Amino acid sequence: MKINIPNSAFLGNIDPFLRSFDNSAPGTLHITSNRKWISIHPLVLSMIAALSLNATNITYDKFEAASKHYLERMNLFRFLGIKSTGMRAHEPAGRFIPLMQIKNSDQLTAFLTDMVPLLHLEPKHAEPLRYVVSELVRNVLEHAQSPHGAIICAQYYKKSNSIRIGIADTGVGIRATISRAHPVNTDLEALRLALTPGITGTTPQEGGTELNAGAGLFFVKSIARVNRDFFFIYSGTASYKLLKSKTKHIMLHSDPLKDRNSYEENFPYWEGTLVGIDISLDATQEFSSLLDLIRKTYIQAMRDRKKQRRRRPKFV
Amino acid sequence: MKEIHLFPLVGSFAENKDIAREIRLEKIMPFIRNEDIMLNFEKIEGATQSFIHALISDVIRKYGPEIIDKFYFKNCNENIQKIITIVVDYMQE
Repeated sequence: MKINIPNSAFLGNIDPFLRSFDNSAPGTLHITSNRKWISIHPLVLSMIAALSLNATNITYDKFEAASKHYLERMNLFRFLGIKSTGMRAHEPAGRFIPLMQIKNSDQLTAFLTDMVPLLHLEPKHAEPLRYVVSELVRNVLEHAQSPHGAIICAQYYKKSNSIRIGIADTGVGIRATISRAHPVNTDLEALRLALTPGITGTTPQEGGTELNAGAGLFFVKSIARVNRDFFFIYSGTASYKLLKSKTKHIMLHSDPLKDRNSYEENFPYWEGTLVGIDISLDATQEFSSLLDLIRKTYIQAMRDRKKQRRRRPKFV
Repeated sequence: MKEIHLFPLVGSFAENKDIAREIRLEKIMPFIRNEDIMLNFEKIEGATQSFIHALISDVIRKYGPEIIDKFYFKNCNENIQKIITIVVDYMQE
């Protein structure tokens, strides 16, 4: 596998970086990087760290960018087995959460507890962020079947007053999970179903199972939608990106393709799932009004599906 | 009425579905047919839909919507009330 860390890769412009990812020769990982400056979304870091866990042979060209210390501070060098450059470790409070591996429920609970003070979050911002991380990481722990669990990191960006989070796993991927309960032909179809409220890979039944309702990803996407932020998910060869929106009136759609989005069906195959989300702290709508919207959309989606399943009389 | 204080079991953010399942199986299911259950959310700041689903949805599925009348949710903040309402609503659809 070969990956080139570019000059810039955030959720808005991440597509060229993902297209350039060479997934051939699994087991080996060669990393190159922009020589001048590197400015990347936490998702890129999580992705590279996740790849490193599956590679037995990691090689890299010397990191020359002036901002290479950022990669070290975010723990990427540790994942890649690169010796420290001797930079002084900064106190992380208020700025970032370096790359971490979460392999079980207890580690997730500890992460969620540490996350709030590390990012200096106010209560009104803490709630949606904890919510997003809990749902996304639990998805990995429950469905991905990866021995490496979830790789996560987050960064506060002062200029945009936003928190950006990246979560990666190298598990079975969304198509394998969803197709246990629903017929799917493509990775994009699986992403679409996974983002639809009330659809879970654990059962074809409406209402889910005792542990899964098929609502987690819909909630996460809705948090991004209501705050007009980016949400990005990539699994197999498909990706779905919820685009930023400036409209005053916010509507939640149960069908993710009805939201303002872009999707891709021919990315290099990613075995597992990558999720990136941006949460603007300026725009964070009250979580309470978001829940009202979610309730309305969720119930309507269930009613619509029920209607579709209703038998019709045959008049001959 | 049997009262279950959730904070000592789940902490201030109720998101651990494994614990929710344990509470349901050990503290709710064996008792709910014979007595009311009060779930006390005192000191809990937030909860996920997944947690609430794991806590109560199977009780509703097994005993029908009438069982909802045997639950009392105490000290829930506005958001927790809304999340519980979402789960209760979709379990009755």
